[in-house]
Amino acid sequence: MHILAFLIRRAVQAVIVMFVISLIGFSIQDNLGDPLRELVGQSVSEEERDALRDELGLNDPFFVQYVRFLGNAVQGDLGTSYFFKRPALEVIMDKFPATFELVLGAVFIFVTVSIPAGIYCAIHRDSWFARIIMTGSIIGISIPVFLTAIFMVWLFGVELGWLPAFGRGDTVALPWGWDTGLLTLDGWSHLILPSITLSSIMLPLFIRLIRAEMLETMGTDYVRFARAKGLSTSRVRYVHAFRNTLLPVVTVGGLMIGTLIAYTILTETVFQWPGMGFLFLEAVNRVDTPLIIAYIIVVGLIFVVVNTLVDFVYTLINPMVKLPGAKA
Amino acid sequence: MAMLDIRDLHVAFPRGKKDEVEALRGVDLTLEKGERLGVVGESGAGKSMLAFAILNLIAEPGRVSAGRITFHGENLLELSERDIRGIRGNRISMIFQDPMVTLNPVLTIGTQMIETLKAHRRISEAEAHRLCVEKLRLVAIPSAESRMSAYPHELSGGLRQRVVIAIALLTDPELIIADEPTTALDVTIQAEIMALILKLCRENDVALILITHDLGVVAEVTERIMIMYAGKCVEEGPTRTIIETPAHPYTYGLLRALPQNAVRGEKLYQIPGAMPPITALPSGCAYHPRCARATDRCRAEIPALGPEGTACFHPLAPAEAAS
Amino acid sequence: MISWRGVFKRFLSDPVAMAAGLVLLVLVLMAALAPLLAPQNPYDLMQLDIMDSEMPPAWKPGGDERFLLGTDSQGRGVLSTIMYGTGISLLIGLGAVVVQGVLGITIGLLAGYKGGWIDAFLMRLADIQLSLSTLMMAIIALALFNAAFDANTYADYAIIMLIVVIGVAEWPKFARTVRSSVLGEKNKEYVDAARVIGLPARRIMWGHILPNTLTPVLVISTIQVAEAIMIEASLSFLGLGMPTDRPSLGSLIRSGFEFIFSGSWWITFYPAIVLVVLVLALNLLGDWLRDVLNPKLRRGDN
Repeated sequence: MHILAFLIRRAVQAVIVMFVISLIGFSIQDNLGDPLRELVGQSVSEEERDALRDELGLNDPFFVQYVRFLGNAVQGDLGTSYFFKRPALEVIMDKFPATFELVLGAVFIFVTVSIPAGIYCAIHRDSWFARIIMTGSIIGISIPVFLTAIFMVWLFGVELGWLPAFGRGDTVALPWGWDTGLLTLDGWSHLILPSITLSSIMLPLFIRLIRAEMLETMGTDYVRFARAKGLSTSRVRYVHAFRNTLLPVVTVGGLMIGTLIAYTILTETVFQWPGMGFLFLEAVNRVDTPLIIAYIIVVGLIFVVVNTLVDFVYTLINPMVKLPGAKA
Repeated sequence: MAMLDIRDLHVAFPRGKKDEVEALRGVDLTLEKGERLGVVGESGAGKSMLAFAILNLIAEPGRVSAGRITFHGENLLELSERDIRGIRGNRISMIFQDPMVTLNPVLTIGTQMIETLKAHRRISEAEAHRLCVEKLRLVAIPSAESRMSAYPHELSGGLRQRVVIAIALLTDPELIIADEPTTALDVTIQAEIMALILKLCRENDVALILITHDLGVVAEVTERIMIMYAGKCVEEGPTRTIIETPAHPYTYGLLRALPQNAVRGEKLYQIPGAMPPITALPSGCAYHPRCARATDRCRAEIPALGPEGTACFHPLAPAEAAS
Repeated sequence: MISWRGVFKRFLSDPVAMAAGLVLLVLVLMAALAPLLAPQNPYDLMQLDIMDSEMPPAWKPGGDERFLLGTDSQGRGVLSTIMYGTGISLLIGLGAVVVQGVLGITIGLLAGYKGGWIDAFLMRLADIQLSLSTLMMAIIALALFNAAFDANTYADYAIIMLIVVIGVAEWPKFARTVRSSVLGEKNKEYVDAARVIGLPARRIMWGHILPNTLTPVLVISTIQVAEAIMIEASLSFLGLGMPTDRPSLGSLIRSGFEFIFSGSWWITFYPAIVLVVLVLALNLLGDWLRDVLNPKLRRGDN
């Protein structure tokens, strides 16, 4: 029951946020570019243009147009792309699987590397390996994601020629419209470099964070008490200490969602990975306003949804934080 | 042979790159089965250090630099990590000071109790659960069954400390070391908890080392007392004797400073000065700067703990001490 | 206040800090004196010869000693473009931090000193803004700016836009730092003394409390400059930042990227190295400053 109350509250908040985003998005769209210029050629007369404007409802007051926009949006119509001449939302969702799989790959690598590395650096803090990792982290933080990507492309794609440097490779179309690259070897080989690149940006930060948190929890009284009870070292470390380390890590993770989306755009650009980010940049170059706005709205939605999920996960792992609506 | 025998224990911490400074400067202690000993002293005197040393839990970079700690004849300091783990929480249990930070906030009470049992004996989950509930009832926690799935922050301070006591008793230990078990609790609860500890130790014939700065509590609960000052034991003996006829000037000062010993109309007594930090110890007897009876000998030589249980060159005579 | 002599002594005894400081000094000088030091002015179209394009660094076969680090596709010397480009990157980085600083410090002082609902409101705003990624907001803002104006207008205003966007997006960090400092200082005696004398709140805030909050501000400033430079580089790389005729290090990397595949790696490589070294030096210095300027160095409070 608490979960339901929590979800409803967050859903309401999400709706409000989306309202704001859509309002901003729409008012920008209203002032950006002239849809008529895209739809008809130059040789159309002024009266015909005006008539067309009336017909399309472009002369209606702002509020009316906005409500119409909202109505359409809720039904999934976010305008029509000038370039593709197809519904903007459709164009974006076409590219969603590519971005999703990229992020999935990155998150997988990130989780399997940063957690053990962080824990190791905390437990064996003076070992040479730990020092190498920590030094690498400082350098890693100073290298922008696109440079890592370029370096990867250059080293593995051009110099060594081991892995493909751009594109997604062969994809298999799954029945419900999802084009996946995970079912072909070619698809996998294309996924490796971009995923490593994307995950590498978050690694230094989280390794340092996990190490710092782990060191702190290992010095607490409750860890000392756990040892005084005669518990095994591994139980003390991984059950007592690590569980507490997770909390700030999840919090920081939640704050990084927007940054991750931005890094995805950068990675897709370097690798010419046909995802939503790459699409967005192309739309910017082509001044394809409906597509730009639609992307912003979709990203806003993703941001809100993921944030809610992260908050939810946080309440699951931290028993001291109650879901709103739970009894005291 | 005594159950627990500590000889000449030294604990040191590094200072700078080459130096070391001692937190415990040669402490002796014996404890018989079922005996209750109080260790009294100010903050920084080394009492907690003593407790942690017994279970080899001195936090790095500190270390035990000399001495022996024998438990039933075995030197605990020479045991492997695995063997000492078999003793921790099993034959010797500890109760820490503040139950809010002693219990892990993200794990349930039940988890933290059952894991203690499972660490030391082969026992099924169900059986362990049953035993835990039994112990919770023993320490007078209401609705024991439902508390098993509760989290530490859902309980009051007093209840939490009872849980910690229950955990200490889970494995039927021979010795409980209680490090200031009531200091972090409300004044009204302190007496309850202390009474509970006393009762349980008596009933189950469990030895107790009670570490505290509160002489009043110690008088009620313990059979022998050890007074610590600046990393050394300065007086030890039967509780009655020490309370009624203290021999060491410091003990005398402590007793005189107790509110219940104050004389009506007079200002409350306080020992002048403060205990020196272990990094800046005076020469000779560490107490001499604050002692009215200090002589040149006190300033030059460190007094050893004599057979009467006092480390002083000019102990008080019984007549002087009675107050 | 801070004991500057103590700080300087610590600086001289730490090789990492000295190395970082030296590198930074060299880069800043190089950028500032670019018009004097650069072998050529790469943006003077009269000086360029298309026949000079895509030449490798001087020590490689095909290289020319006029162009030490090679040339790009327009015949511009890579060394010269780097010297000018570093200047632009630094300018934007510093400008953005000045904007964030002014905005953040003002808001932080206000929130910390006034307290109450002003504080709650401003901090809530800061929280929301912190959870939105600066990079993402900058991308969106500049994308829209790009779409709204044509290429020429855009090029003229790019520097200002970048400084403003990055500056406005990052104020919460300064605000929070200053606010916690203020909260710590607010209860000290000298504030009461000033109030008793009758000084207006503004005077107290700016004249008395602010100097004591300078230490943490100094610490995060360095790291924020590094951050701003990285963000600007990312934006320029995406084509949303500096244009190719007034490139920052990020734009240089962008224009050189496609040539990796055809073998002219130097066009991207050298600007990339300079960017990483610049940001690394700033980060190391910032980290060192943070370690050194903690309260232990303060020589007593008023």
